[in-house]
Amino acid sequence: MLALKDVHVYYGAIHALKGVTLEVKEGEIVTLLGANGAGKSTTLKAISALLQPRSGEIIFDGCRLHRVSAQEVVRMGISHVPEGRRIFANLTVLENLELGAYLRRDRREVASALDEVWRHFPRLKERQKQLAGTLSGGEQQMLAIGRALMMRPRLLLLDEPSMGLAPLLVKEIFSIIQEINRRGTTILLVEQNVHSALQVAHRGYVLETGRIVLAGSAEELSGSEEVKKAYLGG
Amino acid sequence: MAELVQQLINGLTLGGIYALIALGYTMVYGIIQLINFAHGDILMVAAYVAFFAITVLKVGVVPALVLAVVFCALLGVAIERIAYKPLRQAPRLAALITAIGVSLFLENGGLWLLGTDFRSFPPGTVNNYTYTLLGGTVRITSMQLLILALTLLVMVILQYIVHYTKVGKAMRAVAYDKEAAALMGINVDSVVSVTFALGSAFAAVAGVLWGLYYNTVHPLMGLMPGLKAFVAAVIGGIGIIPGAMAGGFFLGIIEALVSGYGSSELRDPVVFILLILVLLFRPAGLLGKDTVEKV
Ligand SMILES: Nc1ncnc2c1ncn2[C@@H]1O[C@H](COP(=O)(O)OP(=O)(O)OP(=O)(O)O)[C@@H](O)[C@H]1O
Ligand SMILES: [Mg+2]
Repeated sequence: MLALKDVHVYYGAIHALKGVTLEVKEGEIVTLLGANGAGKSTTLKAISALLQPRSGEIIFDGCRLHRVSAQEVVRMGISHVPEGRRIFANLTVLENLELGAYLRRDRREVASALDEVWRHFPRLKERQKQLAGTLSGGEQQMLAIGRALMMRPRLLLLDEPSMGLAPLLVKEIFSIIQEINRRGTTILLVEQNVHSALQVAHRGYVLETGRIVLAGSAEELSGSEEVKKAYLGG
Repeated sequence: MAELVQQLINGLTLGGIYALIALGYTMVYGIIQLINFAHGDILMVAAYVAFFAITVLKVGVVPALVLAVVFCALLGVAIERIAYKPLRQAPRLAALITAIGVSLFLENGGLWLLGTDFRSFPPGTVNNYTYTLLGGTVRITSMQLLILALTLLVMVILQYIVHYTKVGKAMRAVAYDKEAAALMGINVDSVVSVTFALGSAFAAVAGVLWGLYYNTVHPLMGLMPGLKAFVAAVIGGIGIIPGAMAGGFFLGIIEALVSGYGSSELRDPVVFILLILVLLFRPAGLLGKDTVEKV
């Protein structure tokens, strides 16, 4: 469904991605692991066209995403939940979700997408009139995911959804991610919480200073000495 | 008492015009953090468009106003695209200096093209009745009523757009976080254009009203109201829409009271002293504290 081939991304003179190659197949949860500054967020931003790669190819559904706008990427069925949630704190919960469906014209489709979000996150429904900035951290993460689901994406990019959440909430978020996947959405999951990520993912990649250094099934990665040493504390 | 009511009426009229102009400053600031110094000159362009529509094309006030609004909305969008958009990633000072440049361009272009003459609208352009209230001691003109009505109408329309329409929600989203807005599929450039179009359209309404109210048009006529409206936007809290409205009315009333009870020579110094006081004690503006709303 999605393939990156030898993607290079620069921030000015900084060479952030040095030839990233990876693949996500329809129906999978694929996790992208790596230390701070490895280039995980940069990879997601390149996919959602917030950044333009200097070279290499990004292919989605057989189409090369070359010089496309972020808007076109959303329209093609890729939604990106950015690191740090980035909800619109000055808008209400409902308005945030409506903006998630910005490119949808059919009101009935928006309404049914909204129903689906309420089903995943009943807590948001109770708070729909509240300003998003007044939500708790966990609720804000749910809103960020819900907002991305409003487009009914075929591929969901999640950037550290468990960041800053208490263990119980982390569990809840990961079970929701699995549920979303079970209903047919393919997921590319960036995480620092390696343990939880490998529990839900089918496959994974390890990124180190802009390069993929390891790839394999979730079991293989969980068993790998390198991953254990670097991230699982033993 | 009658004197006070009279000054309040005069102040609200003037303040309404300031508020209309201040809205454009504050909306543009809210969305791209730029003080658009050319904003006051849009007002001058609008007054000339209306003036020539009335004197040359011989149309009525309403078509002239519509023409001015459309022309200035397009001009605002063009200025943003040509002068400011290439600098969106540049340091803010660069865009600010460019804005001053655009302002000088419009002013000197106006002087070169139109000369330094003050021009007046032909007599009878607007039917100017005077109504008396409170037993004849308070006077309000039809022009003042028109200004107040148009100002309130524009404000209601703007509130509706910002809060209840898709593009309004997109404007608030872009003002808050451009990158996150882009991830929603919002075309940030279009939203910025819409913001300039709206702000310039409001300034155009203000410009035509100003020209008719004082019955003069001149290439530098945008300077003072532009500056005052900027002060109003800062006093209300730059970036906050209700702040621009409140700041505009507040400033208009203060000016009317100072001219009415003190002297009109004190008017401008008082305005700028007020600005300094606000910047010293409430730099976020009078409405700037608990309001999260930008745009
Ligand atoms: N806007 C930017 N300008 C310059 N350099 C940047 C920018 N954003 C990221 N970088 C650099 O690119 C590299 C990769 O950053 P990236 O944000 O992708 O890392 P990450 O793997 O997501 O890290 P984290 O786990 O901390 O979120 C880092 O060295 C970072 O300093
Ligand atoms: Mg990151």
